Amino acid sequence: MGEKRIVYMDHSATTYTKKEVLEAMIPYYSEHFGNPSSIYSIAGDSKKAIDAARVQVAKALGADPDEIYFTSGGSESDNWAIKGVAFANRKKGNHIITSAIEHHAVLHTCKYLENEGFTITYLPVDRYGMVDPADLEKAITEKTILVSVMFANNEIGTIEPIAELGAVAHNHNVYFHTDAVQVIGNVQVDVKAQNIDMLSLSAHKFYGPKGIGALYIKKGVKIDNLIHGGGQERKRRAGTENIAGIVGLGKAIELATADIDGHNRRIRGMRNRLLQGILTKIPGAYLNGHKEKRLPGNINVSFEFIEGESMLLWLDDEGICASTGSACTSGSLEPSHVLLATGLPVEISHGSLRLTLGVINTEQDVDFVLEVLPKVVSRLRDMSPLYRKRGKEGGSDVQ
Amino acid sequence: MYSDKVMDHFKNPRNVGEIENPDGVGEVGNPVCGDIMKIFLKIENNIITDAKFKTFGCGAAIASSSMATELVKGKTLEEAWEVSNKAVAEALEGLPPIKMHCSVLAEEGIHSAINDYRKKHGLEPWIERNPHPHDHHEDLDGDH
Repeated sequence: MGEKRIVYMDHSATTYTKKEVLEAMIPYYSEHFGNPSSIYSIAGDSKKAIDAARVQVAKALGADPDEIYFTSGGSESDNWAIKGVAFANRKKGNHIITSAIEHHAVLHTCKYLENEGFTITYLPVDRYGMVDPADLEKAITEKTILVSVMFANNEIGTIEPIAELGAVAHNHNVYFHTDAVQVIGNVQVDVKAQNIDMLSLSAHKFYGPKGIGALYIKKGVKIDNLIHGGGQERKRRAGTENIAGIVGLGKAIELATADIDGHNRRIRGMRNRLLQGILTKIPGAYLNGHKEKRLPGNINVSFEFIEGESMLLWLDDEGICASTGSACTSGSLEPSHVLLATGLPVEISHGSLRLTLGVINTEQDVDFVLEVLPKVVSRLRDMSPLYRKRGKEGGSDVQ
Repeated sequence: MYSDKVMDHFKNPRNVGEIENPDGVGEVGNPVCGDIMKIFLKIENNIITDAKFKTFGCGAAIASSSMATELVKGKTLEEAWEVSNKAVAEALEGLPPIKMHCSVLAEEGIHSAINDYRKKHGLEPWIERNPHPHDHHEDLDGDH
């Protein structure tokens, strides 16, 4: 037996760290270890590295370097943006608007704020997972202080009309935050043109290290600190800087945004072939999310009559790493809140499979999944009490 | 996450399928919760001579169905009724806490099939001594 083949198709969960990124980071663990807050000259190397990374991040977002704040990742950035704006603008109002399909870092932060006296509106989405700017317009009141809608959804890959949503918020002088964790390197970000006041990102989603992220805060936004302590990050985010992480983030974002179009073409080509193959080969398979306004590597399909976790276990047995919106992997009885928000029936939501392609995938990986997946689905359907062998049913089509 | 025994019964489930003209059939769970088990029993002279299942559910649900049908085969109805969810979980060398409800479902499936047989024969259905509540758990999200 040779080494087991691993086909990693869970890039929305995390990515590996690129070699160039890791190589850029290593000296900051051993050689340039000085605390950037210290006075001696070796600390200056650390400080310079942080400044350079800040420029790299700013450039990727169309922001100014002094609008970039390093954090521990996407969750901290979301928490900071939402709690920070909520508490700093409490006198102005206590109403926050978000969407029903946000990541839990946003949704649970909003739930927490509900207990603190804030009112939250959760905007609905259509069957493709799209938020309608007209719904936002209707939801804004004179008490609204913040709108937070994700740039693209992590489960179904739907890309939201961010510039339009930001424009609506700005017409009412309301701050606009977006969780852009899934989009860096996949969609061109330009915070000024897209009307974004705050943006969360996380390095490990674009081939950088885990434990490091950033929050873009437009100059002039009134926001409280989240982490209190020393004077790092221009007195807005305390804690000795994760220098190697910051260097890695800078390098990773530079690489990820160097050729977004080329990356899209390559990943989308493989994704479309895989998706088309799944829908053609497997009856009773349905695409979740939007057909075109979709992250290039994202596939989210539901299979009738079977449950997601058992699918993942069989796929894992074949070396394929994937993800599901079934309740059984989350430990709750409820399946994915995102799939339910799109109006997908609960029982079909349990049978969802997410495959997210990235730079390590090849056409051979696509062939392999197309060979394995139909067998897995058919094996599980054969033991499902819900499955009655019906005539051939086609899956939904896709562009 | 799962014991070797669970994985064995998930990957090589025993007794998958249906029994033609079964003496007792039980269906428990519902698709909304993500688990459905259908248990088929062949009963001769008060003894379960064959048991089969069909299950829609996670790995633990499939393994629990497989193990439960193994455990009741050859037992009298009284003995089979006493096969608890704990016995199923122990025979599987343990289930993660959040998956214990799958073994409960297996116990309930066997009970439901036994009572189906009793009703068909004009007997009073036996009563569940320890009705199990379904557990709710906080979810974990790995995408950040």
